[in-house]
Amino acid sequence: MSVLAYLVAVWLLLVGIYGVVTSRHLVHLVTCLAVAQASTYVLLLAIGYRSGAKAPIFGDIPQSTPVVDPVVQALTLTDVVVSATVSALLLALAVQAHKRFGSVDPDELNALRG
Amino acid sequence: MSRRVRCVLALVALGVLGATLVVAVGDLEPFGQYPGPYGDVLAKVVPGERHTGQLVAATVLDYRGFDTLGEELILFTAACGCVALLRLRRRERSDEPSAPERPAPSLASRALGGALVGPVLVLSAYIVIHGHLTPGGGFSGGVIGAGALLLAYAAGQRVRLRRVGSIAMLEASEAIGAGGFVALALGGLIAVGATLQNFLPLGTSGMLLSAGTLPVGNLAIGIEVAGAVALIVAEFLEQALLEEPSE
Amino acid sequence: MALASLAILVPLCAAVLLAATTSLRRRRAADAVALGAAVAVLGLCLALVARSSDAPIVAWLGGWHPRHGVALGIDLYADPLAAGLAAFAALLTVAGLVVSMQQVDTASHLFHALVLTCLAGMVGFCLAGDLFTIFVFFELMGVSAYALSGFRVSERAPLEGALNFAITNSIGSLLLLAGIGLLYGRTGALNLAQMGVAVAQRPPDALVAVAFALVVCGFFVKAAIVPFHFWLADAYAVAPTSICLIFAGALSELGLYGVARVYFTVFSGALGGHEEAIRDVLLVLGLLTALVGGVMCAGQRHLKRMVAFATVAHMGILLCGVALLDSAGLAGVAVFVVGDGLVKAGLFVAIGALEDRRGSVDEHRLFGRGRGLPALGALFGVCGLALAALPPFGPFLGRALIEDAASHRGLDWVAPLLVVASALVGGAVLRVVRTVFLGRGAKPPPSRSAGADEAGEDPAERERPARAPVVVAFALVGLGLAWGLVPGLVDAVSGATAHFVDRPAYAAAVLRDASPHVPSVASKGPGVAAWLYGLASAGLAVVVASVRTVPEGPLRELHSGRVGDYVAWLATGAAVVAGVFALTLG
Repeated sequence: MSVLAYLVAVWLLLVGIYGVVTSRHLVHLVTCLAVAQASTYVLLLAIGYRSGAKAPIFGDIPQSTPVVDPVVQALTLTDVVVSATVSALLLALAVQAHKRFGSVDPDELNALRG
Repeated sequence: MSRRVRCVLALVALGVLGATLVVAVGDLEPFGQYPGPYGDVLAKVVPGERHTGQLVAATVLDYRGFDTLGEELILFTAACGCVALLRLRRRERSDEPSAPERPAPSLASRALGGALVGPVLVLSAYIVIHGHLTPGGGFSGGVIGAGALLLAYAAGQRVRLRRVGSIAMLEASEAIGAGGFVALALGGLIAVGATLQNFLPLGTSGMLLSAGTLPVGNLAIGIEVAGAVALIVAEFLEQALLEEPSE
Repeated sequence: MALASLAILVPLCAAVLLAATTSLRRRRAADAVALGAAVAVLGLCLALVARSSDAPIVAWLGGWHPRHGVALGIDLYADPLAAGLAAFAALLTVAGLVVSMQQVDTASHLFHALVLTCLAGMVGFCLAGDLFTIFVFFELMGVSAYALSGFRVSERAPLEGALNFAITNSIGSLLLLAGIGLLYGRTGALNLAQMGVAVAQRPPDALVAVAFALVVCGFFVKAAIVPFHFWLADAYAVAPTSICLIFAGALSELGLYGVARVYFTVFSGALGGHEEAIRDVLLVLGLLTALVGGVMCAGQRHLKRMVAFATVAHMGILLCGVALLDSAGLAGVAVFVVGDGLVKAGLFVAIGALEDRRGSVDEHRLFGRGRGLPALGALFGVCGLALAALPPFGPFLGRALIEDAASHRGLDWVAPLLVVASALVGGAVLRVVRTVFLGRGAKPPPSRSAGADEAGEDPAERERPARAPVVVAFALVGLGLAWGLVPGLVDAVSGATAHFVDRPAYAAAVLRDASPHVPSVASKGPGVAAWLYGLASAGLAVVVASVRTVPEGPLRELHSGRVGDYVAWLATGAAVVAGVFALTLG
C-alpha cells in the first residue's frame, strides 16, 4: 500500500499522546513521548524515500544513480537529538520529583492547583 | 476531571485528529516516489562543489549547517540544564559516595567491561573521523564514545565520579566541543565574509582530509556529543549513587 | 549579513564560555559576561532595525544563494518587525539579568549560560527564514525555558510546573514538526519563500489545510491559547523572578509571531481565498482565551499566578489582532506586545520586591501588610491601570489599534469583549492594591491556605532586600507607559507591518535578491471610539477591584495541575482546529 508508511506514523503519534494522557508513572510518560516523537522520524523518512534508490553516498556508485533524499535524513538526525535532549531533561525532573514528592505518579504531583 | 472523563475526552479527540491526519497523508505523493526538488538538486551539485560523496554529511554540516549549530546548542543546553536540575543541595551531599547495595559483580564481567572500553573508544573515533566518507559522523560516533562510560558502569566497574575534577572535565570538554562548532561558524564569517562558509581547502574527494570544514565539523560535533552525553549520564549516576530514601 | 548572524552567535559564544568555566565559580565575572553579551545582542538587533527600515536584509548562511528559485541553504531574514521583536526580547533579558544579580543560587555559571541560550533561541526564531530553522530555534528556546522554570529544585512547585511545561510544549513542537513534514512532502522545500511559491501553485487541499492547522497548533501551545494554555500559569508562576519577566514579556508572544510569519510567507497565497474562515476560527479562539484568562486572573490569590493568567488574557487579545490577517491588526499587535510586555515585566519585578520585603506572594496572607511600602503600592496601582488600557499609555495604544482594525472590518463586537478582558486583568491588580497596600475591605479568613505552594526562597538563602529590583521595576513600567507616547510610532510600525504581510515582496527579496521598498504609511492614531473603550475598561477595572470575589464556576477545577488533563485538552484543541480547517479550507 502506498500510504502504509504514513499511516504507521499517524498511529505512533496517536498512541504516544494517548499514553501520555493516561500515564501513571513519569518514566512511562517520557517513553510514550519518545514514541510520539518517533512518529515524526517515520513520517520524514517515508517522505524522502525513493523506491529502488541507493543511500545518498557516492563513495563507490556512479553519480547518476538515483538516491533517496539526504535532506530528510539530516532533518531526522536533528530531530533525534532534540528528542533525546528533551527526554533527558524530563527524566532529570522526574528524579527530582521523586525526591520531593515521594511519588512518580503524575496525578499525585499536587503542589499546583487552580 | 476524573480519569474516566479524561480518557474518554482523549480518545474522542485523538480519533478526530487521527481522521484528519489520515485524510491529509492521503494527499501526499505515494510512498517511494519522492518528488524533489531539494534532494535532487543537492545530489547534482554536492560532489562537484564540496568534493565529497557523502550527501548527508554535506547537508548536515554545510548546506544546512546552521540547523546543526542550533541542534548542537540544544544538546549543550540540555546538558547544562541536567547539571543544574540535578545539582545537590548542601544538606544532601555526603562526603563519600556510598556504594549501592548490590551483589558484587563477577570479576569476569568487570574485566570484560573494562577491556571493551578501549575498542569502543577506537570505534567511536573511527566513525567520527570518517564521517564525510562513509555513513556515521559526529553524532553517532560521539554517542558511541559516551557509551564507553555507561559500559564501564553497567559491567560493574565502580565509577569514581568524584575524582579530581572529572565532572568538571566533562563539562569543559562538552563546552569546548560546542565552542568548536561555533568557532567554525565564526571562522567562516571572519575568513570569507559568510557565516559557516567552508573556508578550508577542499582537497580530493575520498581522501581523509577533503571537503574543507566537514571533517573539522564532525570532530567538533563528536567531542561535543560525547562530552554532553557522558556528562548527562554521569549526573544521573551521581544521583543514583547518592540516592537516599525521600525526605 | 554579519549583524544578523552575530546577534545569534554572540550569546552562544558567551554561553559556551560560561559553561566551560563553570567550575571556577566567579559569580561577579559571570554576571558581567552575561550582561555584556545581552547588551551586545540588544545593540546588534537595534542596528538591524535601523538598517532594515528601508529594505529588508537577507543573509544566506554558508554563502549558498538560491539557484533557479530553489534554496540550497538557510537564510536569515531581518525586517523591522522581526528585528524589533528580537531587540525587545534582548531588552527583557538584560532586565532579567540585572534582577538576577541579587539572586543567590545560580548553580555557578549555569543560570547565565541557560539565559543566554534562551536569548539566542529567541533571536534565531525571529530572524530565521527557513521553517526547519524556526523549529530548531523554537526548541532551543523551549529547552532553555524548561530548565530555567524548574531551576529552584529544592521546592516542589517548580518541579511540577517545569514538568507540565516541558511535556505540553514538547507535544506542541511535535505537532509543529508533523506539519513541517507534511509541507516538505508537498513542496520539497524548507525555505519559507520557496514553500509559499510552491503551495500557491495549486488550490489548497486537505494536506495544506491540516499542515496549517498542525503548525498553528504547535505555536498556539507556546502562545498559551485556550485550550492549549493550562501549562502557562503553572510554569510562569514558579520560575525565578528574573526569568518570569522574560517569559511573560517575550516567550509566549514569539509563538504568535511564528503564526503570523508562517501564514504571511507560506500560506497567504494558497489560503487567501478562505480568509474569512480562518479569521473566524482565530477570533473565536482569541476571545475565548482573553475571557478565560481574565476570569482566572481575577480569581487568583497567588500574585505570580495572577500575572501569569493576565499573560494568557493578553495573548488572547494579541490573537484577536493577528486573526484580522491584515497589516492594521498586526500593527496593533506589535505595539501591544512591547507596551504590555514592559508593564508586565515591571509588575513581576515589583512582586518579587514585595516578596523580598514581606515574605509571601499570597494576597490573603499579605492583607494590609503592604502599608509601609507606598512606592510599591503606587507602582502596582499604575500597572493595574495600564494593564486595563488606560489611555494614552502603551498597552492602550496597542489595544486601540487592534480595536480600530476590527471595526474597520465590520467586527464591532470584538472591542467590548476586549474591554471586559482588560478590565478583569487590571481589576485584579487594583484589587491587590486595595487589599495589600491599603488594607481596605473584608479581611479574609486566616485558615484557608493558598491554592499554590508558597513560592518563597528558603529564608536561609535570601539576602537583604536590594534596591536594584525596585529601580528596574520603575524603569520597565515607565518605558511601557512612555511607549504609547512616542511620536511617529504608529506610522513606523504600520509601514513595517505593511511590508510584513506582503508575500510576493518577501519571495522576491529572498529568492531573487530584489530589494522591495519598505513602504512608509501614514496612518492615523486611535480614534475617539478607542479612547472611550480605554476609559471604559479602566473604569470597569476599578469596579472589579472593589468586588471581593469573581465567580469562576467550574473553570478553576479544570486547572487541576495534572499533566494528563492538560494533554487531553491539547489533543481536543488540535482535533477541533484540524477538523475545522480540513472541512472549510481543504
